[in-house]
This record gives sequence, C-alpha cells and structure tokens, in this order.
Amino acid sequence: MVKHAKPKSFYDEFVRKGGPGEKNTHYCPGCGHGNVHKLVAEVIDELGIQDKTVFCSPVGCSVFAYYYFDVGNVQCAHGRAPAAGTGVTRSLEDGIVISYQGDGDLAGIGMGSIMHAANRGEHMAVFFVNNAIYGMTGGQMAPTTLVGQKTLTSPFGRSAGGEGFPLTMCEIINTLQAPVFIERVSLANAPRILKAKRAIRQALVNQVEKKGFSFVELLSPCPINWKIEPVQARKWIIDTMEPLFPVKNFRNLEEAPAKYEKPVPVSDADMKKLFNVEKNISVTPKEAHIDEQLVKLAGFGGQGVLSAGVLLANCAIAEKHNTSWLPSYGPEMRGGTANAGVIISDGQIGSPLVDNPTFFIAMNGPSLDSFETDILPGGMALINTSLIERKVERTDIKVLYAPLTEIAQEAGMAAAATVAGITMYALATGVIAIDTIKQVIPLSIKRKSLVEENLRVVDAAAEYFRKNLEKG
Amino acid sequence: MDKQLIKGNEAVVYGALLGGASHFFGYPITPASEIAHAAARFFPATGRCFLQAEDEVNSVNMLYGAASAGARVMTASSGPGISLMAEGISYIAGAELPAVIVNVQRAGPGLGNIWPEQGDYNMVVKGGGHGNYRNIVLAPFSAQEMCDFTYRSFDIAERYRMLVFILADAYIGQIMEAVALPDEVKKPVRQDWALYGDKESRENLVSSILMNTELLSTHNWKLDEKYKKVAEEMTEWEEYETEDAEYLFVAFGVCARLCVSALQGLRKMNIRAGLLRPKTLFPFPSKRLDELGKKIKSAVVVELNNGQMADDVELAMRCAVPVLRYNWMGGKVPSTQEIIDRAAKDLRG
Repeated sequence: MVKHAKPKSFYDEFVRKGGPGEKNTHYCPGCGHGNVHKLVAEVIDELGIQDKTVFCSPVGCSVFAYYYFDVGNVQCAHGRAPAAGTGVTRSLEDGIVISYQGDGDLAGIGMGSIMHAANRGEHMAVFFVNNAIYGMTGGQMAPTTLVGQKTLTSPFGRSAGGEGFPLTMCEIINTLQAPVFIERVSLANAPRILKAKRAIRQALVNQVEKKGFSFVELLSPCPINWKIEPVQARKWIIDTMEPLFPVKNFRNLEEAPAKYEKPVPVSDADMKKLFNVEKNISVTPKEAHIDEQLVKLAGFGGQGVLSAGVLLANCAIAEKHNTSWLPSYGPEMRGGTANAGVIISDGQIGSPLVDNPTFFIAMNGPSLDSFETDILPGGMALINTSLIERKVERTDIKVLYAPLTEIAQEAGMAAAATVAGITMYALATGVIAIDTIKQVIPLSIKRKSLVEENLRVVDAAAEYFRKNLEKG
Repeated sequence: MDKQLIKGNEAVVYGALLGGASHFFGYPITPASEIAHAAARFFPATGRCFLQAEDEVNSVNMLYGAASAGARVMTASSGPGISLMAEGISYIAGAELPAVIVNVQRAGPGLGNIWPEQGDYNMVVKGGGHGNYRNIVLAPFSAQEMCDFTYRSFDIAERYRMLVFILADAYIGQIMEAVALPDEVKKPVRQDWALYGDKESRENLVSSILMNTELLSTHNWKLDEKYKKVAEEMTEWEEYETEDAEYLFVAFGVCARLCVSALQGLRKMNIRAGLLRPKTLFPFPSKRLDELGKKIKSAVVVELNNGQMADDVELAMRCAVPVLRYNWMGGKVPSTQEIIDRAAKDLRG
C-alpha cells in the first residue's frame, strides 16, 4: 500500500495548465499554497466529498487552483469568491462550497464581500492564505503586511502612520455572530501543518453537516517575494508573523446561532393565484366608444391622489378600455405635491404623459396654481373648494366647484376626498359608471376595513353632484 | 389570466417568476426599487431565493456564482448600480454565463437625479465593462413588455449563454397598465456546462481566464461568431406607418411612446412620418434601417440622452440621409406637442 499517494481529488496530470510540465504546479519553490492545496485535497478525499465540492478560486497566486483540483471549479473576480460562493451555496441543495483566497483578495479588495458572507453565515469553508504580501503581482504591500516590512510598494518598510496597521482577519471575523468556526493556523513546520489539517478538516466537516460559515486563516510562506530562503521563510513565520497573528482557535460552535429557512416551493396554480393582484370584475361598458381621456389628479401627499388614480385606472380596465397611470414620484412625492396622470382610451395609448389634461382634479391650491395653464382648451377642471379659495382664471374650460374634503369628511373619511373627485369625474364625463367604481373599490383598496367608508364617500359625492352640479 | 393593472417594475417580477427565475440578488436604488420590493415578497413566496446583497459589486457576483450552479438568476438596478456591476458583467460575458439584469435608467452622470433618461445606452448596448463582448439588450416600452421581455429573457440567456439586459427607463418602470400575464410557467433545464455539485458536472469549469494568447484569441473569435448568430436570429423591432413614410422616427422606451402620439399629430398636418422602434438594441435592426434609409428623406432619432443611439442609426443608414437628433437630458421629457412642433418646423419644406 502506498502511504503517501497523491490525493485523488487532484488531477493526475495538470492538463488545464497546458504547455510543458503538466505534472508540476505553477507555484514558486517554498510556497505555502502547495501545502494548503494538498491538505484540502486530502480532506476532500477523506470525507468523500469530491463530487459535491465546488471550489471558488480567487484572483492571486491560487487563481489557477482549477488546474489541480478535480472538483467543480468556479474562477471568481478579485475579492468576490465569497459573493460567488454565496450564489453557489444558495443554488445547490447538497453542494460543498470552498472559497479559497489570498490576503489581497480577501482583506483588501474583497473586505466587504467576506464580511457580509461571514455575517450572513453562508454555508462555505473559507481558506484564507495569509503570506503578508501580494504574490501574483510580484511582491507589493498587502493589508496584512507587517509594519516595517519592505515590499515593492512599501520600499522603506510599511509605516503604520501612512499605511495603517496589518489587518488581523480572524479577530475581525470573530466580532460577528454568525460564523460557527474560526481558527488561525501556521504552515511553519510539520506539527503546525498537522494542526492546520485538523482545522481544514473541521471547516469541511461543518459543510458536510450543514453547520455554516467556517473560516481558517493559514500563515503561509512566500520566500520569493520575501526575498529569503525557503527554510528561513518558515522560521520568519514563527518569529515575525505569529506574534502578531496568534495561532489559535477563536470559535468552534456546535451549531450556528441562526438558521436560513429555505423557501418552500409552490405549485404553478398557487403561484398564479398569488399573482392575481386585482380580482377580475365583469362590467358591461357604459359607452361603446369614448374619446381619449387625459386625467390629471393633483394634491398634497397624503390626500390619496396616487391611489385614487389607480382606482380610476382599475375602473377603466373593468370597463374594457385601455388605460395607463403614471405618477410623479421621488422626493417630490414624499414632501410636497403629488400628481398622477391617468389616460383612458379605446385606441393605443402612445405617450403616457398627461401634459394637457382633458380633465383636471385640483385637490389643493398649489396644484391649481401649477397646472391651471396646462388644461386643454375645452377641457374641464374640478376644484376642491374645501382647500382652494380662489376661482379658476381660465375662461376656455368648464369648471366644477365642490367641497370634496368636506363631503368625504361628512361621509366618514376625509382621506377619501380624491375618491369623491373620481366619482364626480365619472358623473361629469359619463366615461365610468358609478356602479363600476363601487364594484372596484372593495378589490382596489388594500385596507379592507376602509371599504365601507369609501363606498359612503362615493354615494355622498354622487348625491352632491346631482343636487348641485348636474344642471350646469 | 385576465388583464390586471400592474406597475412596470412589478411586472418584471411576475414575468421573471413565470419565466422560471430561481434567484434574485438585489440592492435598492430609485427608480428600480419596486422590483426589489416585489422580488422580496414573491421570490420566497414561490419557493425561490431573494437576497439583498451588500452592494451591486457583490450582487452581480452572486449572479455569477448562482448562474455557475445552473440557477436562473437576475438582479435589477439603475445607472449608478450598473456602473458598479461593470466588472462582473464582463466576467459573466467571458465565462459565458446566462443572467438577466434590469436597468431602470435614471439621469446621470454621477448621482444625477431619479428622473427618466436613456443615458446608459452606450454603457449597456456596447458592453459596459472591459474587453470584447456584447450583451443582448431588450428595450420594453410598456408594462406589458416589462413582463413579457423578462419572461422570455431567461430562455434567451440560456440559449446563447449570454447576459440579457432589460433596458427600461424611470417612466416605463413607474407606469401602471393593464398587463396579461403569460400562461405557461417555465422550468429551469439542466445545463451541461454548469456545476451542480455532483459527479456528472464535476469536470465543469466556469472561468474567464485564458492565459495563453492562442486560447483567448480563439475564445474571443468564438464569442464574436456567437454575437453574429444572435444578430441573425433575434433582431426585433416594430414599425408604425413606415409604408409611405418620408420621415422615419427612431426611438425606444418611453420615447417610442411619445413618437407614437407625435406621428398622429404629424400625419394630421400631412407630414408623412413613420416610426421604427427597436425592441432589441443589441442586436440592432441595422439591416432594416439601411433598407428604410433608401426610401426616406430624413430620419429623426428621439432620445433622452446626448444622441447615443443616433450614432448607431447614422451608421446603419450609412449616412444615406440626414439624421436629425432630438435629445433631452437631465430627466427632462418632452411633451408630444414639443416633438410635433419641432418636427413640423424641421421637416416641412
């Protein structure tokens, strides 16, 4: 029996690498990635998870991990392996997700990604290879570069004052609640490497057992960029890195503090039921053909201008007309005036903008001031005299004056003043039947407790219209 | 199902779920937020996954990961968010992953404002990120098309292994109209290139890195061939009154709606105007524009930007006729009358 055979989770030959040397890795002499790769591959073998594993490789020296690992492989953008891994783990019922990252990738450009993936407790094992330098790009300063350490971009040594202090990722991740396992290990010598394997194993066992986010930081040598001999490099880890990056377990929970409740699938029929936002209403259209209606409703926020517009559009659909509804929105809607344009037509509706309304409902003074000049000559305006004292100056339009707010208030719901407005629009133009409005209200109004009040407002508005306005 | 009054942004979510979308990775931004709101309600309610990412850089990378695992993925955003996604979009193109992104355009550059604009045309239609690649770009002009285009987009994305953009604008996102929802509920199909965490898919690799110049060059040309195939197979547009048109309007999104109304006004003034509305911006209806360019006196491109599509129209017509540029920016949207008046002045005589 061969005692030290190559793990079967490695390819026999690195065909994806191409070119000569398909049995050698691309890593430099003395590099720690070879150790970590082998430990991970061994554990994958031992746990029998080769088929299930999806390995997310980073940008950095281990960008080519897919040359070696005979598992599913996703090569990710710089720093984003935890985000891509999130996508993978949320898609696979039973997959084992590994995010393998270096110090620039994880603690520099990808700091946001790793923090949020850890904070969500994503089901993945993160193997964070910390060698205190950027390797792939040729030896620049990393977020974990030590104070005083010379690199190509800190040629006089990292200065804490100018470049900050090295980031200690285990300690940072340990401030979060969701992770189940956090450990820092070292590759400085054989006993440490054996300990490292135990941590890697625990992180992957946690995935098999669906426990949650597991983070292993590995202090790893980079003799080429540290510009020292490989043996010296291992010693440098112990002497220089370990004092700042203590090798220890930070957390090992039996279970995650919170569980992700996977949504339950529904049948196609139930899904369609869910989407039936407005129940169907069957109404015989009052008029066979109508002239295009360009209706604008305007008032202040809270007067229900937008929802009254929706009610009108729903009535139009119930009577089998084409319709469109377009609101003013954004900061304007939140603070000051709001307006909605509703078009009702039997032809195709081109522009959804109501630039020049055929019917304008002014709920307050500023709205009348804003839009009076826009009303189409020959059009109509309905003025809420409860809040507007002045008369309309235009003489080329028909004007209806009605105390909409008071009518609604007396019927029991001042907030439905715009519904009174819609009712009067329907009576003044004959485009929509009052009966349609009353049928649509129960289906169009979200708060069912207010249906009765709204219906009373419709009756009161209709009564006022017939008494005071119809003759005009 | 009968027609229902649905907001454009919400119609996207109904279309997505009926189209088989399985994952939505979102981040809120006005004027696209209603898409995330509706997705947050309806994706989990139908057994699908909704996750609010920490930012758009990560939402697009979640798309990348989930698409790698064979999921039908989407997100929605607006200009500033799409800018942040540029890198991920390029990776998706390089790795040939299917995904859907909705861009409800606001006005820029920078933070700009939240009113409608079409200033992301170049960014989205020409690619947006680094390298040689294309996205398929659908341009809805109604709430119905917000639903229908999203519904179809997942099949299209998988057929070509490409990113499909739904390029809308703030008005098409905010508009409420009668929408008929599609009947058939589409189901994801196993993809032979994706990673399912099982033996059959173990050999698969999702990657955009090809260090060897020969390999990358071959990949680039393969993608280029694919984009040509897409152009042959799925260029879509709609024409209005082009049979006898002397003047051809070209517009997409809300501008196409404005032009539909403007045509009526111009025809009443005996100005023979027609409209071509691209429904796909990539591929672009260049051949048809070339044909029409030979029959008309001039073209008028109406856009809420600084003339980004007009460049493509001019190129497609190979400068056969003058191409007038009617542009508005900053969130300003012209009235129908404004277009009519300007066209009457320019086109008469």
